[in-house]
Amino acid sequence: MSTHEGPQVSGEVTRPAGGELVTGDGEGQLPDRFPNPGLPPHRPRLADTDPAAERRVVRQVALLFGISALGTIGMVVAYFAVPPGETIGSMRLSNLLLGLGLFLAMFGFGAAAIHWAKTVMSDVEHVEQRHPQRSDPQTRSDAVAVLSEGTADSGIGRRGVLKGALVGALALVPLTIAVPLVGEVGGDWNVGKFRNTLWARGKRLTKDPSGEPIRAADVTIGSVFHVIPEGLRDSEHWIEEKAKAVVLMVRLDPSDLTEAPNRRDWSYEGIVAYSKICTHVGCPVALYEQQTHHLLCPCHQSTFDVADGAKVLFGPASRPLPQLPITVDDEGYLIAQDDFAEPIGPSYWERLK
Amino acid sequence: MSRPSTQTAASGTADYLDQRTGVGLAVKAFARKVFPDHWSFMLGEIALYSFVVLLITGVFLTLFFVPSMGLTTYEGPMASMNGVEMSEAFASTLHLSFEVTGGLLMRQIHHWAALLFIAAIVTHMMRVFFTGAFRKPREVNWVVGFTLMILGIAAGFSGYSLPDDVLSGNGLRITDGVVKSIPIIGSYLSYFIFGGEFPGEAIIPRLYVVHILLVPALILALIGLHLFFVVLHKHTHYGLPGRTERNVVGYPFFPIYVAKAGGFFFMVFGVLALMGATMTINPVWNYGPYDPSPVAAGAQPDWYMLFLEGALRLMPGQGTEWVIAGFTISLNVLIPALVLPGILFTLLALYPFIEAYVTGDKREHHIADRPRNAPVRTAFGVAVLTAFVVLVLAGSNDILATHFALSINDITNVFRALLIVSPFVAFWVTKRICLGLQRKDRELVLHGHETGRIVRFASGEYIEVHRPLDEYERWVRVAHEPRRPLPLLPAEDERGVRRKGYRRDAFRARLSRFFYEDRVEPVTPAELAEAQAHAGHDAAALERHDDGARGLPEGDGSPRQIGEGPDVDAERVDARER
Repeated sequence: MSTHEGPQVSGEVTRPAGGELVTGDGEGQLPDRFPNPGLPPHRPRLADTDPAAERRVVRQVALLFGISALGTIGMVVAYFAVPPGETIGSMRLSNLLLGLGLFLAMFGFGAAAIHWAKTVMSDVEHVEQRHPQRSDPQTRSDAVAVLSEGTADSGIGRRGVLKGALVGALALVPLTIAVPLVGEVGGDWNVGKFRNTLWARGKRLTKDPSGEPIRAADVTIGSVFHVIPEGLRDSEHWIEEKAKAVVLMVRLDPSDLTEAPNRRDWSYEGIVAYSKICTHVGCPVALYEQQTHHLLCPCHQSTFDVADGAKVLFGPASRPLPQLPITVDDEGYLIAQDDFAEPIGPSYWERLK
Repeated sequence: MSRPSTQTAASGTADYLDQRTGVGLAVKAFARKVFPDHWSFMLGEIALYSFVVLLITGVFLTLFFVPSMGLTTYEGPMASMNGVEMSEAFASTLHLSFEVTGGLLMRQIHHWAALLFIAAIVTHMMRVFFTGAFRKPREVNWVVGFTLMILGIAAGFSGYSLPDDVLSGNGLRITDGVVKSIPIIGSYLSYFIFGGEFPGEAIIPRLYVVHILLVPALILALIGLHLFFVVLHKHTHYGLPGRTERNVVGYPFFPIYVAKAGGFFFMVFGVLALMGATMTINPVWNYGPYDPSPVAAGAQPDWYMLFLEGALRLMPGQGTEWVIAGFTISLNVLIPALVLPGILFTLLALYPFIEAYVTGDKREHHIADRPRNAPVRTAFGVAVLTAFVVLVLAGSNDILATHFALSINDITNVFRALLIVSPFVAFWVTKRICLGLQRKDRELVLHGHETGRIVRFASGEYIEVHRPLDEYERWVRVAHEPRRPLPLLPAEDERGVRRKGYRRDAFRARLSRFFYEDRVEPVTPAELAEAQAHAGHDAAALERHDDGARGLPEGDGSPRQIGEGPDVDAERVDARER
């Protein structure tokens, strides 16, 4: 490895002017850098020297253009002759033929043009000079002069009050667009809606999407129910409500269940219901493993333990899934005791306020 | 039409235009403008052409797509969807895919073109980065290109969500969750985007405007600016013989690049058409319309979002949600989704300025580096890419788990470790490889090609004959300037007074040492002369041997060749083209 010590300060180093030879310090010494040998001699292509080869490449280019034309015709024919029809097979065929026609039309044309450029057009390299990007000193000083002339004409330098008034008024102008926009763009801006869902005391748990109420006796051990509150579709904003209210309900053997003391009456004979919305970023947590009682979010693999308060076992979620307190009504149907005790879904700044 | 009348018509049109626009000046200046030729300069072209394909196919799609979340019940040829309640957006996507002839093709070409667009932007950026083509005067154009990449991702993401299917709907829900995690304004930002609570009825029309108007208009304007700068600066070229900082060597725009670049557009379109014809992409009819309850397992976003998805998956959740004074801060979302990409993208955008600061180099650079000649830059780029690849793989950890029957928890833990460790390993390995390649270049310049000819002297000594490089192949290996650390002036001046700004200089010198302390400098003419003088002994001995051998009874007058080397001419051509 070389161990030259030498300052390499900008602009002061001997500029290898265009890579040309930089001469050394003394006479008779070798230069510090090699000289640029210049462009290598041009080598003619076969088609440049052999007329037969040239005729051949011209034929090839013409053939490629011909393929392109055939592709275009083929696509138009396919359009009329092979409509997508009613079956998957006919749709696929239509798509395939149209696409192949388009491919030949485009690719053939492109290949012809490039082949032409590479084999027939001159391949002698041209050299153009570059110029420094900055304008020359005269132009610069002229530009400054023009600007100061304009500034003087405008009077802005002398009258400070104009400058202030201009900047002040201009800064206010965007409000004319921003105020109505910001006012309207967020709907009613009532972010407090995150707190509540449709669940309320006595509301029946129903199957998603049929809306059929669920009898506790019909829930066998190990089975999973995707649940929505009854009457969901009658609510005005049902899709937003559904996005918050979906619940996953599982029946476990009560002996497998670990329950916090203050939540002992939130389950019913081993049936537990948890919000289906992941506390990480809000995907529906839908993969239930019967053997382990683990609930896995397919988006980011947060794993919750349904048998133990849906606490987080693995993955990026921080909090357990909120539990829906449930019981049964007089007819034996599962009902909610109340809404969730905390906001469901991903965390946000004022969540606990 | 006969020849003279064609010419008359052409010159008449030209005259008409020139009298009204003075276009002659522009034609004279630009028609034969010289552009250098290299395969790596085509990557940006691919991005440009896929964008044009996106515009063409996109216009087709807008004529049939209905950007509405209003509900409708599907009736059509897709039997599995008959009677299903869905948004107009989803229904019209099915309609344009199955009932509009060619609609499915346009939709699939559009989606493939979007993936290619961003892939081409990213690889083009890699080319510019690794060859140092972002250096003065091109820093501003780097920033323009960086912005184009961000806009490309925005265009891709907004378009991906438009069909309103389960997959993209859950993608939007993730977006909503990420937005909500932003301190103080999160909830309001979510309302700002969705026009109320998620999902609302506004997001598809809003994304539509973003996707077909705002973002494409910005992209188009910035592409114009990007290309304007390319013309203004003239393209960089590699340090081949005859290329200098003061010239540009290549072929004229007309006719070479009209044919080559124009033809290349058609080729890119052709390949995308082939992909659209034969490779199904985003079959939303298999996923179904958006509903907040169902979700698909094994779902993957488009490739350019995978790194974010991977970051979200890797971040451990335990103990990363903090409550401070009653306010919730979800670091488990903020760090992977906003802080990490924020740092990554800021570094990327600012890199030209960082390197300019470290080198203190204020000259213009028009010769693109060979990546090996900037080891720390190359190593840094590879380190960042390595982290990116780890995140992309982590974004597919469920697919890896199911395909290779591995534990998802183990994969995640391994990726967590790799994300931290692998960039450092990649940095070190890449830097050593670069230095090794530079040494190989020196070796080759100093000692020439091994010819494989082994010669035995009368004394019994064996040597291998080396063939020196000709000046053209040598130039490729010695053209670059040696880069050295900035010297640090002492802390005190000659009168022992503490110098102002010393600490800043010291910091800069430290950075500069990090970049350039380990280095291999190109061979100088003096070093070559010395090496040749040394090798000369062997050559002289060879000659003496030649002379002396004549009298020997068993000799045939020439040194005995024991091995036959590879075809060195082929190697030489290869070296020249690099």
